[in-house]
Amino acid sequence: MIRYAATRLISLGLSLMAASFVIFAVVEVIPGDPAAFMLGMNASEETVAALRDELGLTGSLPARYLGWVTGMLGGDFGTSYTYRVPVSELIAARLWVSLPLALYALALSTLLALPIGMLAAARRGRATDYGIMGLTQLGIAVPNFWFAMLLVVLFAITWPIFPAGGFPGWENGAWPALKALTLPAVALALPQASILARVMRSALIETLGQDYIRTARAKGLTEGQAIRNHGMRNAMIPVLTIVGLQFSFLLAGAIIIEKVFFLPGLGLLIFQGITQRDLVVVESVVMLLVFAVILVTFLVDLAYALVDPRLRHSR
Amino acid sequence: MIALENISLLLAGIPVLRDVSLRIPPGQTLGLVGESGSGKSMTALSVMRLLPDGSQLSGRVLLEGRPLTDLPERKMCAVRGGQIGMIFQEPMTALNPVQTIGDQVAETLLVHGAARRSEAREIAKERLARVGLAPERFPLDRYPHELSGGQRQRVCIALAIALRPKLLIADEPTTALDVTTQAQILELIRELVREEGMSCLFITHDLAVVAEMADEIAVMKAGEVVEHGPTGEVLHEMRHPYTRALFEASRHCPERAPIVQEAPLLEVENALRDYPLKRQGLFGRREHFRAVDGVSFALRRGESLGLVGESGCGKSTLTRAILGLEPLQGGAIRLDGEAVSPTMPAELRRRMQVVFQDPYGSFNPRYKVSKLLAEPFHLIGRPTDLDARVAEALENVGLHATDADKFPHEFSGGQRQRIAIARALIARPELIVLDEAVSALDVSVRAQVLDLLADLQARFGLSYLFIAHDLSVVRSVTDRVLVMQAGRIVEAGETETVFATPRAAYTRELLAAAPVLPAA
Amino acid sequence: MRLPVQLILGMVLFGLFLAAALLSLVWTPFDVTELDIAHKLAAPSAEHWLGTDHLGRDMTAMLMAGARTSIAVALIAVGIGIALGVPLGLAAAARRGSLLDEVIMRGNDLIFAFPSLVIAILITAVFGPSAINAILAIGIFNIPVFARVSRGAALTIWPREFILAARVAGKHSARISAEHILPNIANLLVVQGTIQFSMGILAEAGLSYVGLGAQPPTPSWGRMLADAQTFFYAYPRLAILPGLAIVLTVLGLNLMGDGLRDLLDPRLRRSVR
Repeated sequence: MIRYAATRLISLGLSLMAASFVIFAVVEVIPGDPAAFMLGMNASEETVAALRDELGLTGSLPARYLGWVTGMLGGDFGTSYTYRVPVSELIAARLWVSLPLALYALALSTLLALPIGMLAAARRGRATDYGIMGLTQLGIAVPNFWFAMLLVVLFAITWPIFPAGGFPGWENGAWPALKALTLPAVALALPQASILARVMRSALIETLGQDYIRTARAKGLTEGQAIRNHGMRNAMIPVLTIVGLQFSFLLAGAIIIEKVFFLPGLGLLIFQGITQRDLVVVESVVMLLVFAVILVTFLVDLAYALVDPRLRHSR
Repeated sequence: MIALENISLLLAGIPVLRDVSLRIPPGQTLGLVGESGSGKSMTALSVMRLLPDGSQLSGRVLLEGRPLTDLPERKMCAVRGGQIGMIFQEPMTALNPVQTIGDQVAETLLVHGAARRSEAREIAKERLARVGLAPERFPLDRYPHELSGGQRQRVCIALAIALRPKLLIADEPTTALDVTTQAQILELIRELVREEGMSCLFITHDLAVVAEMADEIAVMKAGEVVEHGPTGEVLHEMRHPYTRALFEASRHCPERAPIVQEAPLLEVENALRDYPLKRQGLFGRREHFRAVDGVSFALRRGESLGLVGESGCGKSTLTRAILGLEPLQGGAIRLDGEAVSPTMPAELRRRMQVVFQDPYGSFNPRYKVSKLLAEPFHLIGRPTDLDARVAEALENVGLHATDADKFPHEFSGGQRQRIAIARALIARPELIVLDEAVSALDVSVRAQVLDLLADLQARFGLSYLFIAHDLSVVRSVTDRVLVMQAGRIVEAGETETVFATPRAAYTRELLAAAPVLPAA
Repeated sequence: MRLPVQLILGMVLFGLFLAAALLSLVWTPFDVTELDIAHKLAAPSAEHWLGTDHLGRDMTAMLMAGARTSIAVALIAVGIGIALGVPLGLAAAARRGSLLDEVIMRGNDLIFAFPSLVIAILITAVFGPSAINAILAIGIFNIPVFARVSRGAALTIWPREFILAARVAGKHSARISAEHILPNIANLLVVQGTIQFSMGILAEAGLSYVGLGAQPPTPSWGRMLADAQTFFYAYPRLAILPGLAIVLTVLGLNLMGDGLRDLLDPRLRRSVR
């Protein structure tokens, strides 16, 4: 187990390194002179040179890359050109909106999808199953930001239960904050829950055809017992894969949904960064998003090993 | 006492079993034999009431006089595992891969409320020890993937007999196992039946196995029991023509008159073949496993040479090297004096062809027979008379020239194996490697294919390298035989000599383990 | 052979929008670039079947042209994914366990760490917004998807005996991949293709909605939704129509994918034999 975790950890480190290379190359190498790029065409030579100094773009590429990476490791993401404050401060404030939103949605999606998927598998081929499959088929097809707009009209304007947008901040108590995140989280979770429920159903049905289920039935287990005791844990392997993939979709989705609800999250920060050509902000936020995805992949890999002893013992 | 009375079964409207009546007294084993599709397994599943959806069962199954056929599902669950235990063919997949063996054995006790959790583990330990998995070497927290096939089958037996059932159903329990492992598992089942006073329904396609195991034999054909009686009587008298045909096909020995020349056609000299193992971690050193370890032999022109050994002995690896698919790490392989390697010239490749085991897997399902047969012409260029060559090859193997326009799924298993032979023949090779080529076939079909191979050898002067795990087949069709164990040839010699007076300890072990069909 | 119901339903739904997209190449009821402020936010009428938007553009024409953008972007992105991903996957499977395999798979993992939105953000930040960004972002995201699917499927075919037979016939791995592996995994690729197609339409809508995709005056469903947001409560039609167009197109493609799977699944076909 420790060996397996260590291997995954090394692979996590390598992925992060490779990802940082790619991001650095796209943002700082491809545009040629980032300082000139950020200031636009009309900037004078002196102002460009001054910005170059300010951003630390004077050194060689490897030196700049090393400086960027070591800075990030120490929590220093550079200084925003437009806001004139450390990027780490900007990110810290926004992260407390985007991350809870993605996790809220992930929790909703998983809690909703797994029981529904199990129910459909248990009633496979019957009306309940067809009903669930039809609804989830529709759920997958709905764009989450459009669904979010419908939710606003229904639950914020027609029946004002939840706020239509904005974020009161966590300092005013958890309840108003959670309330503000509920509609966005539901909008994000529903399409993902549809996918997950279908995966759960087919993974369970797949295990039902396995020899070990027949062995369990020959032991005297009812079909339900066989599914619970033997099907479930085996079905968790594909389900985990999807949960891991979903996190990256939810994170990306959260950025889009933030626009619907005017939430001051990473999405807002990054779109402002793009319009104002603030490459420092874009670079850091993208690195952070990619880091989150890679970290979740790592956690899912560890979860596999908990479920599947064959991985634990693999050399 | 278990009794089946007039069991009939319809699967999706199609009759699968007709009027099957059997009875097995305690402590006795009934051998149910027949070829694939004869309804043996369906009989067992009818007793267990674990039939596929949409099946209609009629007749009665009585266990100690209690009818099972109309028990409600809940009560039937109490019977399964409690009064009837069952083991299956594929031990590799029959156990839940993510649960320990102790939990899986204990579960039988728990679902039937026969023990509390702590007691159940104690009993599980005792039952595992009973089937030969001593707790010192096989603690309860082992997972199935840490055990070999034979050991897994022992776990399956342990969980089937955990509650000392009155009936044990064994459905081809040793078909997937090596011959020495098979002998041990058969011995274990025999002992258990005797000591625990169970009735045993033993299902197999192998007459030799059933002759060793069963007190009574029932022969099934197309859903009906055609002959039924005490083992000795059935094998001796063979009243039904089908029994006789089955018996004769099982011990069929094709007529051969080999003309063997002295000159070697294939020479293997001190061959070494290493396999890289999975890397240890990301930067770990790659370790190697020596699958073929200094093998040397020669196959003479016109000869049939057998290569026998159990799974994992290296015979498949050696075969791939001989076919020039994988490189050797040492030594040499020569075909008619020319070096065999992955880069050998096409003309040399043409002279050596292969027939594989699986009549379903050896064809691209999307190709027609004509295209399948033409594949070896990749080596030497497409002949102008391609259609004629295809037709000739098909007729040589007893098929019809018009079969060229069909797809492989339109043929039976035996016919597919004939197509595979035709594909090997079409390039007019000198050596054909038969890699378990008849292992997947029913005995009657196997006999026909063996006859065909003997006939082709005589007509075209072919040499065969006959790779198999089934000793009796090797004995009936080869001139000389090699016995392989752990990457080495442990014995080589004239087939009859090796079988009659084996010198190596391992050969003796193999021969002792192989079940033998008594002479008629 | 009976076609599955889902396949027919899916083909009808998707076919409708595909036809609208193709028709928009030669004819739309009004010019989508023409603004007509005098008739802005008009209700559906004989002249404007589905009414007009906040700039007076005809909604029917906008939806038709939007279908063109969505379908074109998603289709080209699937093309990129197949053209680059499938050969990579086949090569990795042909050399399984080798350094090449390792490099390809690790490269895949790396791309997987970049959701298409993030790729679009990076490209837009450096090159500025354009419709090409959406194609590139979604297309790049599709590459590892197809590479993984084709590698996984190819790995189950490689040990089959007919591949060994082809190797005995002296064929090289590239040729075996093309002649034997590819036809046997084509079903799976078709099914995956429809799934990626539908995901591409959703992704394109999302990217256009946040301004990283198609730029004005190119009409797109995602942009229409962004424009409609402020009028949603007063004029729900403006947001509901493009939303429905997305839902029905994606639903149609997904039903097609499911239907094709039922039709082509080798496991189902084997059981029929």
